[in-house]
Amino acid sequence: MRFVEPIWELSRGLARTFASLFEKPVTVQYPEEKREVRPRFRGRHVLKRYENGLEKCIGCSLCAAACPADAIFVEASENTDEKRFSPGERYASTYEINMLRCIYCGFCEDACPTEAIVLGDNYELSFTDRRQAIYPKEMLLEAVPDTAMITPRKVEPGVYKRSVPEMKDPQD
Amino acid sequence: MTKQLTLSIDGVQVTVPEGTLVVDAAKMAGIDIPVFCYHPKMEPAGNCRMCLVEVGRPVIDRATGQAVMENGQPKIQFMPKLETACTNTVSEGMVVLTQTDKVTEGRKGTLEFLLTSHPLDCPICDKGGECPLQNLTVEHGPGKSRFLYDEKQHLAKHVPLGELIWLDRERCIQCARCIRFQDEIVGEAVLGFEARGRMTQIVSLSEPGFDSAFSGNTSDICPVGALTTADFRFGARPWELKASASVCSQCPVGCNTTFNTRREAKAGGEIVIKRAMPRQNEEVNEIWMCDKGRFAYHYAESAQRLVKPTIRQAKASWTDAFELVTQTFEASKSDVVVLASGRLSNEDLFNLKSLADGLGGKSILYTDMGGGDLTAQVGVGQGTDLGKLGKGDAILVVASDLYEEAPVWYLRVKQAADRGATLIVANSRHTKLERFAKYAIRYANGDEVKTVADLQGDGRIAQEFANAQNAVVFFGSDGLGLSGSADLAAACAKLLKDSNHVGKANNGLIGVWQRANDQGAWEMGFRPEADLASALKNKIVYIVGADPAGDDPALALALKGARFIVAQDILETLTTHMADVVLPAQAYTEREGTFTSGERRVQRFYAAVPARGETKADFAIAGEIGRRLGLNTENGSAMVTFDRLAVAVNDFAGLNYNKLAEVKSQWPIVGRGDLYYGGTTYENKQGLGVQLSTAAERGETVSLPEVRADSVLRPREDQLLAVPVTKLYDRGQTVASAELLAQRIGEPTVNLHPEAAKRLGVGAGGRVSLAFNGLNAEALVKIDDTISAGVVLVPRSMGLAVREPVSVQVLGLAEAKVS
Repeated sequence: MRFVEPIWELSRGLARTFASLFEKPVTVQYPEEKREVRPRFRGRHVLKRYENGLEKCIGCSLCAAACPADAIFVEASENTDEKRFSPGERYASTYEINMLRCIYCGFCEDACPTEAIVLGDNYELSFTDRRQAIYPKEMLLEAVPDTAMITPRKVEPGVYKRSVPEMKDPQD
Repeated sequence: MTKQLTLSIDGVQVTVPEGTLVVDAAKMAGIDIPVFCYHPKMEPAGNCRMCLVEVGRPVIDRATGQAVMENGQPKIQFMPKLETACTNTVSEGMVVLTQTDKVTEGRKGTLEFLLTSHPLDCPICDKGGECPLQNLTVEHGPGKSRFLYDEKQHLAKHVPLGELIWLDRERCIQCARCIRFQDEIVGEAVLGFEARGRMTQIVSLSEPGFDSAFSGNTSDICPVGALTTADFRFGARPWELKASASVCSQCPVGCNTTFNTRREAKAGGEIVIKRAMPRQNEEVNEIWMCDKGRFAYHYAESAQRLVKPTIRQAKASWTDAFELVTQTFEASKSDVVVLASGRLSNEDLFNLKSLADGLGGKSILYTDMGGGDLTAQVGVGQGTDLGKLGKGDAILVVASDLYEEAPVWYLRVKQAADRGATLIVANSRHTKLERFAKYAIRYANGDEVKTVADLQGDGRIAQEFANAQNAVVFFGSDGLGLSGSADLAAACAKLLKDSNHVGKANNGLIGVWQRANDQGAWEMGFRPEADLASALKNKIVYIVGADPAGDDPALALALKGARFIVAQDILETLTTHMADVVLPAQAYTEREGTFTSGERRVQRFYAAVPARGETKADFAIAGEIGRRLGLNTENGSAMVTFDRLAVAVNDFAGLNYNKLAEVKSQWPIVGRGDLYYGGTTYENKQGLGVQLSTAAERGETVSLPEVRADSVLRPREDQLLAVPVTKLYDRGQTVASAELLAQRIGEPTVNLHPEAAKRLGVGAGGRVSLAFNGLNAEALVKIDDTISAGVVLVPRSMGLAVREPVSVQVLGLAEAKVS
C-alpha cells in the first residue's frame, strides 16, 4: 500500500498529460489570430452617430460626472442650423478620454442619456507617451460612411430641435 | 416687540414672531417644506401648490374664547384638504404635519402636473445639477407620469428676453418669481405673463428686451432652467465648478460675490472664471447683485493684459525694471508723485502711500469726486444696515443716480422707501429712484449746495428730515466735478451734524464713489488734486491702476511733460504706452486683499484664478520698490500688509484678516442643499467684513470745513453747460471688454433738452459735435425734457473728457432719424 498508491497517482497524472496531447488547444495565435469578444465586453470607447450622421453626444458631461477615475473631460458649445453637430441646442466641442486613467467600468455608458458613448470591442490600445493616451473627440467618433454626413454641417432650419431622443429600456 | 407664537410642526415645538409664514417657521426649525413659487424675499403668491401641508388649529369655544380640551389636550381641527404653507401665517397652538401620506400624495400630484409639459432635457439644461425642480422631483415626485408623452406641449426653447437672459418656454412652470422680483424688489415691471391656462408664457414688456440692471438675479431665483444667462450658456455643469469668494470691484457698494471657475479647453487649458454669482451678505447686497457685476468680470481675461515688465516699451526682467525704478526714485525723492485710483485694494494703497511718504513725495488719488475725509468723520456708524431703515427714517440722495452708479444701493434704498422711510431725491434731472421718493427736488446745475442748505430751514421736507429717527445721506458727483462734489459733501455733512444724525448706526454720510475702493484710498491718506495736470508736470510719476492719458487728452499732454513715468496696471492703456517703465499687475481675481465699501465696510476678497504671466500683486510691487529704497514695506503677504495697515491707520485699529472672515447666521437661509428656497445664491462662509467706526462715533472732535457758496458756472453765449454724469455701462476698462454688454454700452450719447436740440437742429438719434478746451468730440443725441435747456449731459468714461462742469460749443451734425 505504501508503495502502490504514489505510483498509481503518478501514472494517473501522466496519463492525463498524455491524453491532452490529442485535445484541441485552447490557446490562440494572438495577434495573428483573435478571439471574438463577448457581447458585453468593455473595450475602448466609441462616440456613436445617428443614422443621418449627426453626433449622438450632446455634451452634457454626465459621463464625466459618473466616471470614478475622472478620465473624461467634456466642454459644450451651442449648435446652430448653419453649423450643426448634434440634434438640439448643445454639442460637445471638446471630448477627451484619458485611456490611462480609464478603468473600463462602463459607468459612462450607463450615464449617457443619448446612448452616445459605448464601450466597444477594441482592447488593443498602445501609446508611447502619456499625452497620446488622451483620446480627443476625433479619435473617439465613429467614422461616417458618406462625406455628406460629416459634422458640422448645414441642416434645414428648425428640424433638429430635440437633444434627448425618446428611448426604450435597454433589452439585453 | 412682536408677539411670539408657538406652534408644532411635525411634533417639533417652534416659537416664531406673529405674522411668520408656516413655510418660514418650518425652515427656522430645520424642517423642509418644498416650494417653487414662494421666495423669502418676496410676498407669497401661492400659485405652484408645492408647499401643501396638513394644517390643524385648536378649536375655540365661542362662548368662553378658550380652547376646547379633549383628554387634557387642546382639540385640533384639521381642514379637510391640504393648505399652502406659503400663504398661511402661524397661529397659537397650530399643528402642521408635513410628512403624512396625504401630504406625500399631494406633492406627487403637484409634481406630476408641473411635469406635464416639462421637456425633461436636464442633460443639456444649465440649471441641471442645481435645479429645484430636478431635486424635488427626485425627492417627492412620482416615478411615472400618467399623462401621455405625445400630448406634451412643444414650445420655443430659445427665446431671448434680452441679450443677457434667455428663456426656455418649455421649462417654465409659471411660478412668476421673475415677474414678482422685477415688480416688488426692483420696481421695474419689465416682465409679465401673456395668455392663459396652458398657454401662459413669460414675455418681456420693455424695449430693449428685459431692460433692467438686475436681470441676472432672475436666473438665480428661477426654480427651473427657464431663465439662463447668455454669459454662462452651456459654459459648464454646476458640479464641475469650483467656487471662490470675492467682492465686486465695479462700484462702491461692495457686493459679496462668488466666482465659479473651471479649467477650460477653449482658453488653452487655463483655469478661467465661468460665472459670477452673488454671495449672501444681508447688510450689503442681501442675495442680489447687478448685471454689471455679473457680466463685466471678463476684463481680467482680456488680450490686452500686461504680462511682462517693459522698459521703454521693450520687454525686460523684473530685476531690471525694479532697478531702474528704484534708481530713478532714489535720485529725485521728493519729486515722486504717486497717482493711484480706487481700483486698488487697501493693501496696495497703504504700501503706495508708505512709499510716497518714505520718499517725501506726493500721493494723489485719481478721481473726480471729493469728500472722502468727511465720510471718515460723519460717515455711517458701525452696524449700519440699509435693510433696517423704514418708517420714521429718512434717506436723502443728492446729485447721484444710484441706479446707474451703484445699482444695489438703488435696490436697497427703494426697498427702504417701500417700508415707509422718507426718501428725498434731489437732482438736476430725472433719475429712476425719483419714482419712489416722497419728495423729489429738482435744482438747476450749480445749486447743489444751496439745495442741501435749504434742507436745514423750516420747510416741510427739512422738518421731516430733521425729525427723522435715523437719516442717511448719499451724495454723488452727478453733474459735478471734484470741487463741486467736495463742496456738496461739506454741505451734507453739516446738514447731518446739525440735525444730529451722526455717530450712530443707520445715520451718516455715504459717498457714491466712482470706483470700488475710493473710500479706502481716502482712509489710507490719498487725496485728489484739483489741478492734476500741473501736479504731474516735470515730476517722476508713478501711476497705478489708472489711465489718465486715455481718459483726458489734457492729462495726456500733461504726462508728456513728466520727467519719468512708471505705469502699473493690468491692461495696456494709452498711459502704459507713454510710460518709461511698465509694471504688470495682477487683477483682483488673481490675488487676495480687501476693499473698503462706500458704507466703510472692509471686506476680503480671495484669489479665484492663477495669476497671468509674470504679473505681481500691486502691493507686492510697491512693497518691493519700498524695500529696495530702504523702507520697511511688506512685499510678500497681503495679510501681513493688512496687519501693518491696521496698526498704522487709526480707523482700522484692531482689525485683522481673521476678523474680516468672521460670519454669523443670516436669514433667509440660502445656498445650502435647499436651493428651492432662496435660489442659487451662495451662502456666506468667507466673511461678512467689518464696518469701520467713524470719528463722530468714537467721540472725537469732528471738524467740518466751511460750506462754500457755489461758484456757479454759466455757459458762455451760444454755448451749453456740459455736466458729467455716470452711466452704468460705460467704456471704462473694467466694462468695455465684456462682449455681452456691448449693446448696452453703445455709442457715446449726450442728453439735450428738446428746446436746445431744436435750436441746434438735431433730433433724437442725431449727431452733435462738442468743442471745449481745445478738444473736439462727437456724440449721439438723446432728448431729455427733465434737464434744463442750457445743459448738455455728458457721460463719463465714454471718450468725452468732461471731468467737471464746463462750457461747450455744441453743433448739430445730422438730421434727426426719429423724432
